Amino acid sequence: MIHLFDAGGVLEGRYLDWFAVGIGTTLALTAAAWCIALTVGILLTLIRMLPARPCAWLVGAYVEYHRNVPLLVQIFLWYFGVPSLLPRPARQWLNTHDGQFLLAATALGLAAAAYVAEDIRSGIRSIPKGQYQAALSLGFGYLGAMRNVVLPQALRHAIPPLINQTLLLFKNTSLAMAIGVGELTYRARAVESETFQTFDAFAVATVIYLAVSLGIMLLGAACARRLQVRAR
Amino acid sequence: MLEILRDNWLLFLIGQYPYGPIGGLVMTLFMAIASLALCFPFAVGLALARLSPYRWLRLPATALVYVVRGLPLIMFIFWAYFLSPLVVGRPIGGVETLIITLVVYEAAYLSEVIRAGIEGLPKGQVQAATALGLGYWPTTLSIVLPQALHNMLPSMVSQFVSTIKETSLGYVISAHEVTFAAAQVNNLLLTQPFEVYGLLALTYFTLCFTLTSCARILEWRLTRARRQAGATRINVANIGVAVRRSEFS
Repeated sequence: MIHLFDAGGVLEGRYLDWFAVGIGTTLALTAAAWCIALTVGILLTLIRMLPARPCAWLVGAYVEYHRNVPLLVQIFLWYFGVPSLLPRPARQWLNTHDGQFLLAATALGLAAAAYVAEDIRSGIRSIPKGQYQAALSLGFGYLGAMRNVVLPQALRHAIPPLINQTLLLFKNTSLAMAIGVGELTYRARAVESETFQTFDAFAVATVIYLAVSLGIMLLGAACARRLQVRAR
Repeated sequence: MLEILRDNWLLFLIGQYPYGPIGGLVMTLFMAIASLALCFPFAVGLALARLSPYRWLRLPATALVYVVRGLPLIMFIFWAYFLSPLVVGRPIGGVETLIITLVVYEAAYLSEVIRAGIEGLPKGQVQAATALGLGYWPTTLSIVLPQALHNMLPSMVSQFVSTIKETSLGYVISAHEVTFAAAQVNNLLLTQPFEVYGLLALTYFTLCFTLTSCARILEWRLTRARRQAGATRINVANIGVAVRRSEFS
């Protein structure tokens, strides 16, 4: 039967430690995947802007793969599949260096990179060509025009969607529990199976997820307001 | 890889069916279709509530959407897993649990899409209906929703793709769908995880990419039809934003 909510039971002693470690792992996973996503996302955008046609196709294929395959399957492919292709020393290194965490971060980061690349591209696309041409006619070179005129405006458009991506990434880290990364959802399950206080354990995790998510949403809304260009 | 497919295609397709519960790709599709169909009325209700002039309707609906957007799907699955047997009073299987979860989760996301579709309609439509003496419900049911839903067809297809991808989480509560089937195959073979999960990824990709392409063609045709008709410009950008919100990767 449902008993009254009593977080005290699951928020003391070692259970409190478990939750703390869980939050730490979730945040670390988010941060690591975010760094991968941003780096790879920018790289993909740059490759796509190269004049050679196949470059754009390659990036297109990358984006479509990551958008049309469930993230959980991507994680499985990285965690179960990729190590089996690696040479033995690399596998041993992964085993001793928290391979679950690293591979989960890689899978999450590469998947998010596809979305990040799309966000940056639509940011750049939203800047009228005239801006770039005007900069050229004022004597800027390609790099100068990009750096001083196009990119500052493009980033203004790209930042709100990028913050939204951060929110998605944060939520998606919960999938890493399926391969045994000790993040928040995993710890909540562990506490639950030790204490049998199902509702309390999951309520604690739910509240933490909600708090961080709402924080990111508020940040996104504030940024969107601040960055909005008023039409004259 | 072909060998794996040759030996296990039936398991991938229908799970252990004649000898066990039906599963595999068929179950994945069934769950996706069932949850999208079941959540549709809720989504329309939520969208109308969010657009309602009454605060007591608007606030709870908005709160629900934000809570759903703020939580990982897996959290919902666990809540449904533990709560629904208590509500129903008997044990519930993984498939039912996942469908219940997805109905709630998708209703919130779909309501955002529908809301954007309604907001994208030109104001004149409602005003004209009001001028003709139609009340709220006739206006909504015969003027606003048909147009909004028609414009949103591409987004609906995208939502269907998201739902298909979300059913893969059934794995964590042992709902017998295609990811679960692949895990079983992997446990049987043990030595070829990359091939098995690669095959699984390819399956999902073929299915979802076909649907995504359909959505793109639909969208293109809608835009063209609208341009040809010279109709009042509908705020496609708004709908685009909503599509991007159908987020789960």
